[in-house]
Parts: sequence; C-alpha cells; structure tokens
Amino acid sequence: MSDPKLEAKNIWKIFTPRKGEQVVAIENLSLTVNENEFVSIVGPSGCGKSTFLAMAAGLDYASSGSLTLGGSQIQGPGIDRGMVFQSYTLFPWLNVTENIRFALKKRYLSDTEQNRLVQQHIELVGLQGFEKLFPAQLSGGMRQRVAIARALVYKPDMLLMDEPFGALDAQTRMQMQELLLTVWQQHRITVLFITHDIDEAILLSDRVYVMTARPGKINAEIQIDIPRPRTAEVELSPRFAELRRELFGVLRTKI
Amino acid sequence: MQPAQAPRRQSLLELRVEIPASIYIGSGVALIAALLFVWWLVTALGFVPPLFLPAPAAVVKELFNQISDGALWLDVKASVYRIMVGWVISTLLALPVGILMGNFKFFEGLFEPFIDLFRYMPAVAFVPLTILWMGVGDSQKFSILFIGTFFQQVLMIMDNVKNVQIDLIQISYTFGLSKWEVLRYVVLRAALPGIWDTFRITLGWAWTYLVVAELVAANVGLGYRIMRAQRFLQTDTIILGIIVIGVLGLITDYAFKFSYRLFFPWVEGKRG
Ligand SMILES: Nc1ncnc2c1ncn2[C@@H]1O[C@H](COP(=O)(O)OP(=O)(O)OP(=O)(O)O)[C@@H](O)[C@H]1O
Ligand SMILES: [Mg+2]
Repeated sequence: MSDPKLEAKNIWKIFTPRKGEQVVAIENLSLTVNENEFVSIVGPSGCGKSTFLAMAAGLDYASSGSLTLGGSQIQGPGIDRGMVFQSYTLFPWLNVTENIRFALKKRYLSDTEQNRLVQQHIELVGLQGFEKLFPAQLSGGMRQRVAIARALVYKPDMLLMDEPFGALDAQTRMQMQELLLTVWQQHRITVLFITHDIDEAILLSDRVYVMTARPGKINAEIQIDIPRPRTAEVELSPRFAELRRELFGVLRTKI
Repeated sequence: MQPAQAPRRQSLLELRVEIPASIYIGSGVALIAALLFVWWLVTALGFVPPLFLPAPAAVVKELFNQISDGALWLDVKASVYRIMVGWVISTLLALPVGILMGNFKFFEGLFEPFIDLFRYMPAVAFVPLTILWMGVGDSQKFSILFIGTFFQQVLMIMDNVKNVQIDLIQISYTFGLSKWEVLRYVVLRAALPGIWDTFRITLGWAWTYLVVAELVAANVGLGYRIMRAQRFLQTDTIILGIIVIGVLGLITDYAFKFSYRLFFPWVEGKRG
C-alpha cells in the first residue's frame, strides 16, 4: 500500500460540559487512511464518529494524541480537505450554481475557469437543468449531490464524509451510493467515510474500521477485497455476504 | 379505465396547509367589517352613549375636519418623523451590538446583564428624566422611542444571529474562509431574513410607544392629539387617533412583509 495520508495516533476526546460529568467520547483511537484509499468508519450512534471526523476536518481538537495529514499536524480547517455533513449544509440564499461556486472563493481562479469547474461538477453529480434552483426547491438527494459537487470542486486532497446519505430514503440512498462509487472510481481521491450502514461501508470502501459504543474506540479493521470497479450488483455476491457477516459479528460482540 | 379518484376533500383547518387566497384575505376583511358593523349597530341603536363610544359617522366627520384644517397631516408628519428617527437610531446601535453578542460569547457576557436590567424598566417612567436631560424638543421623543425599542431589539438581533446553523459556519471554514469572511459572507447573510423580521416587529413596537413619547411636552403629533382630546372628552378624536396609528402601523408592517418576500424568495418553506 501507498503512504498514509491521514494518520491518527492514540486520539482521546473528552468533553467537559459546564454541568455534569465528563464524557469520554473517543478512547485511544488510532487509524490510518492511505493516499487515494476509500476508508469507512462504521459504528453505532453516539460512538464518536462525527466527533472524530470534525477533528480530521480541523473543526474540533483532540484532548490528546496526534492527528496528521500528509505528515503534518492538523492545525485547523483548510482547503486541502473537503467535507460533506450529515445534515444539509447548502447556503439557502444561493442557487445550485452559486452554492458550488462559493467553495472556489479561496482558489482565486479566473471567472471562466470557475464557470468551467462549476459546470463540470454539476454534470459530474447529474444536476444539469437544476442550476438555477434554490436549496429549498431541491429534494434531499439533490441537496447532497450539490454538497458533494461543492466539496469536490476546489480539488481537495481528501474528502471527509459524515453519513452523507443518512437522511435519504432507501432508493435515493442506493442511487447516491452508485453515484459516489462512479465518481470516485473516475477521480481517485482519499476518502474517509462515516456511516452506520454496514452494506454501504462494504460497497464503497477499500477498508472498514469498526467502532464500539461509548467510549468510542476502534474494535476491528476489515479489508474489503471485492474487486473494482464495483456497482451495486456486488451486494448480491457471496463475498459481500461473508464480509457483511463478519462485520455484523464484530459490531454485535461489543455492544 | 378506472375513473380518476377525486382528491380527498380537505377542510380549511389542516395543519400548515395553504388555503385559497380568497378565503385567506376575505376572512380577514370580513372580521374587520363585522366589527365596524357591530360598532355602528350599538351606537345607532343607542346602546352606548356617544361620550363613551361615538358613532362611526362622528369619527369619519372628525377625520374630514382634521383633513380640511390640515391638523391630521401635521400630526402624521410629526409622529412618523419621530418614530423613524427614534427607530433608526435604535436600529443603528442595536445592529452592531446584537451582531457582536450573537457571534462572540465575550460580548454576550459583557452586554447581556446590562440589557436585561434595562429592558424591564418601563419606558414611561423615563419621561420625566428625559425631559430633564433633553428638554421638551424632538430629541426627548426620540429618546423615549429609543428606550422602548433598543433593549428588546438588541436581544432579538442577537437571537437572529445565533439561529444561524453552526454547520453552515463549519462548512464555510472548510472552504478556507477566515472567521471575518465567514461572518460577512455566511453568518450575516443567513441571519438577514430574521433580522428583517425583527425590524418589522420592533418598528411595530415603536408605534405603540408613540403615545408615551408624546405624552407630555408635545404640541403636535398623533399621540399628543389623543392626550389632549382626553382632557376635553373628545372621544371621536381619540378613536380617530387610535385608528390612524393602527392603520399607519399596519402599512409599515405590510411594507416589511412585502419586501421580505421580495428580498428573500429563497427562504425555506416557500417553494417556487
Ligand atoms: N459538545 C459536546 N459535549 C458533550 N458531549 C458531547 C459533545 N459532542 C458530542 N458529545 C458526545 O460524544 C459522543 C459522540 O458523539 P458523535 O456526534 O461523535 O456521535 P456519532 O457517532 O457521530 O453518532 P451518530 O451516528 O448518531 O451521528 C456522544 O455520546 C455525544 O453525546
Ligand atoms: Mg454523527
């Protein structure tokens, strides 16, 4: 395998609320995400997945431990990482085109170059014809497409995704998984993907980390050796069923 | 072929469901018309002596009197001017303070106790003090309108800012924006519809403080006219003054509502 892109060593996160007891959200978590690898973290609700991802994005800090990106400590948020949140985070006053374009603010490109990139990414996520609509006029799936396009348009080295399809219905969710699979197989990029859906993790990832409930820690690491390119069809394969059984086993033992 | 199924009959009382505009507007107009009718009825049948409640016709007559001798126009001009200046001063101060308080805990901690202390103090109690400090000119009226508006307005603007989703701020940081850029391009932009609504509501409150502002030491204005009419038991003048204030307040309210729809067509829940 290639170099580690993101490397977390002995991460602890302890919340100290003003009132009440301390919460150990993450206990001694270590993991790596290699260059151009698609890695997922699965785990039950409240185990600290979002908390960890926020640290990788530089939006929150670890209580102790080291978190490096490309060898240097993560100091704060930056345009080397793109993020897609669990909740809808489009700017409601901007239409689809303007939302995607907003992410290019700090790239300082010419107008024509910006237009070209925005148009290219609108096509990438299949939103042609919806350019002028505002977020309130879009379905949940379309909103997350815009969010994905917006996170990719400024060409970050790494994509951080926090249950991006968690709020979608089963069918839209499947469409979005296939979309992400195609996009990623075309434009390899390092991805750290959070989900609590085992099938989604297996379908998309090269490697899956399993976290246990509070305090959150890594319980297992499973290589997904299903060959690429993949489509949703692989969910019917015997290897998929085996991996799913294995993951289920790990998730169940520690809850 | 199956006949198309008729849509389920909807009652007018479904939770958060749109109803035909004709009914929506019609019912509001009808209620006011009904109240006017009852007013006319009880006075025409002589249930209430005119001293307590004059007939609508008497109020209309007073309206024409005041229009023809120009008093109404002078009063409206003076009152609108006072309200505008008082409210604008309050708003110009409340905006920066509210925005700082909503964004920075430091400023919230600094200002909140002070504002909480003042906001329960009745504006009317400041009338003697403001006369002492400011004299009897317009600035005394502005200061009463200011006291009545400012403290609530600051807290509302703070809340408008705080209501901006934290996720929107965080995602903006991932695009490489500095905190000042996030404040300018995202927080203020996202808070604007709420702030606009705060403008509408607080301007409405300023109208309600008008009578207090013109309580003493005034010689023109809608509030003054009402206070003076009280001395001579001119109930028709009082009622006319109240109605004029109500109508002017209504006009400003609708102006804000209308411009809200114009400025913020993207606000969630208004599709299309
Ligand atoms: N600011 C905070 N103060 C105190 N506790 C917190 C805070 N933020 C998160 N926690 C706690 O840390 C734990 C992890 O939260 P986190 O949001 O990371 O969970 P998650 O794995 O993303 O869950 P989900 O799948 O439901 O999104 C939770 O138990 C939560 O209550
Ligand atoms: Mg989460």
